[in-house]
Amino acid sequence: MKYNCVVCVKQVPDTKRITGDAMTEEGTVNRGALPAVFNPEDLNALEQALWIRDEYGGTVTVLTMGPPTACEVLREGLYRGADQVVLITDRAAAASDTLATSYILSCAVTKFSPDIVLCGRQAIDGDTAQVGPQLAQKLTFPVISYLEELVGLDDGKITVRRNIGNGWEVVSSKLPVLLTVTGSANIPRPPGARRMMKYKKARSAAELTGQVADEMPDASQQEKATEVKKRCEALKGRGLLLEQWSLDDIEADLAWCGRDGSPTKVHRVQSIVLAGGEYREFPPTDEGIAELVGDLIEDHTIG
Amino acid sequence: MIDVNKQGEVWVFAEQESGKLSEVPLELLVKGRQLADALSVPLAGVLLGDGVAGLADTLIAHGAEKVYLAEHPLLGHYQAAGYARVLCDLVEQHKPQICIYGATPLGRDLAPTVASAMWCGLTADCTDLQIGDHTDPITKQQYEKLMLQIRPAFGGSVIATIVNFDRWPQMATVREGVMPLGAPQSGRKGQVIRFKADLDGATLPLELIETRRRAKKVNLKAARIIVSGGAGVGSRENFRLVWDLANSLGAAVGGSRAAVDLGYVDDDHQVGQTGTTVRPALYVACGISGAVQHRAGMAESAKILAINDDPEAPIFSVAHYGIVGDLNDVIPKMIKAIRGGAGVKGAAEVAKA
Repeated sequence: MKYNCVVCVKQVPDTKRITGDAMTEEGTVNRGALPAVFNPEDLNALEQALWIRDEYGGTVTVLTMGPPTACEVLREGLYRGADQVVLITDRAAAASDTLATSYILSCAVTKFSPDIVLCGRQAIDGDTAQVGPQLAQKLTFPVISYLEELVGLDDGKITVRRNIGNGWEVVSSKLPVLLTVTGSANIPRPPGARRMMKYKKARSAAELTGQVADEMPDASQQEKATEVKKRCEALKGRGLLLEQWSLDDIEADLAWCGRDGSPTKVHRVQSIVLAGGEYREFPPTDEGIAELVGDLIEDHTIG
Repeated sequence: MIDVNKQGEVWVFAEQESGKLSEVPLELLVKGRQLADALSVPLAGVLLGDGVAGLADTLIAHGAEKVYLAEHPLLGHYQAAGYARVLCDLVEQHKPQICIYGATPLGRDLAPTVASAMWCGLTADCTDLQIGDHTDPITKQQYEKLMLQIRPAFGGSVIATIVNFDRWPQMATVREGVMPLGAPQSGRKGQVIRFKADLDGATLPLELIETRRRAKKVNLKAARIIVSGGAGVGSRENFRLVWDLANSLGAAVGGSRAAVDLGYVDDDHQVGQTGTTVRPALYVACGISGAVQHRAGMAESAKILAINDDPEAPIFSVAHYGIVGDLNDVIPKMIKAIRGGAGVKGAAEVAKA
């Protein structure tokens, strides 16, 4: 039996690299200095989907919502073996919280009538882990979160081992189902060299629009539009035009999208400067260390 | 979603497994009490399960004035579908203004499912909740006495405060260990309100095949002293040094994410943004460079001692005491000094002389 998998992925700033150059003098994060990456656990979700396809047949579709620059993760999905990729991009989707995001994704995922939807457990920029379960609810699919191992898949029934914090459980579910995949589930395959050669020039219409605007600053709107169309068709002919959908294309109700569709609003954001109080350095000698330990004993911190 | 209801109660989801409450809902009741007092509304626990009525007294002893109790065989083993359905029914009927959950794997599965079903807001992994006012920056409309949902974001480098002023209830999951556990008071009186779970004849989607739980090997939250190691320790074998130093201090052993990822120490021991948040009397960081995610999880320790051979390591920016040196050399010296005990001060004087 073949399975059609849809993997929802996110491009995120690499918050694991907040060191050195990425810190300002004041000790806050310089976001511009952080590279944008494929969210790590989304790679595990993709790997799980590719494994299912390779084992049982079917297709793997990678879906992302974001600005045109998010096409980078779609290309990475193609390099690693995805059959098709789709960018959902729309100004009206900006500032969506997890609820609005899951609504928008649900409108797109439905188009594929998938058997299995996979998400990374959580994204490293927000660490909320909410979009997976919310998307499942919107799709009316059962959710199995924190997947650590796929135990079995046959005859429309999936069995997985999931992490429950202080242990694990094995559960099974009928398909369709939504899985959120943890980093320990598998080791994502590297990009394939031949696929990289093939897809490195793949672009979406939104990216081509940006390209044309950069290259032809003095052209009229009409000329630019014609050029974009020409480039789109050229890529399409070679199978390198990345599919791009707007909220209209997926028939999303705008009332549930973007800022208006998001019940949570930011009240305040504070950069935190983690600084200690008084600092004393002791030399790494017997005497220095004995003095430190003596001080700690004296103020009853130890002993 | 439900309408804004300023008279609504404050609810704490009372997570239990196999008929036992964990510490998380009891910690949440302490915070729930503060929120309910600030709003002058009752505080209630919401208890779902099968044969769990006996736990209501514990919730009352920890400050719940009411306990909503729903028992059903299909609630015996947790799964999102059954729990979310009952919770949504309860919310629709009683219209609480606030509903908080532990940010446990269960809470992080259940709360989003409820939020999605009710089209209401949810903030994940809060480290604090307060009551305060909010002015919408676009409409300039003012909203009074909202739940301010405070959480680290962006890998722990910023603190974001989130509000939900129109699509209620206001919901949040709260990180384990960030609220102190209150002592139970046996004299407290409370009301238990039974709620009939509408699950008769229902079929839930997941089938449980097997479950395996293990006791946590280490309780970092309760430790007075923590000795932690990072990637700089070099190997799982060398992590012995961290264990030895911890033993000499009667301390618990922690580890940075890097140390856990490298397999030097098990993930129960992980301190930081994605591990446990700790605030011991003394935190000794050995060979930990101090990524912001790690610092976010330990910076509130009363005293921090950093041992690292790189004087530029960010860990020194939060430390109170620092030793720049090779931990293979420093730790044995430190153990020796500690074993020297009370006479250490004297010994230092002697050594100096």
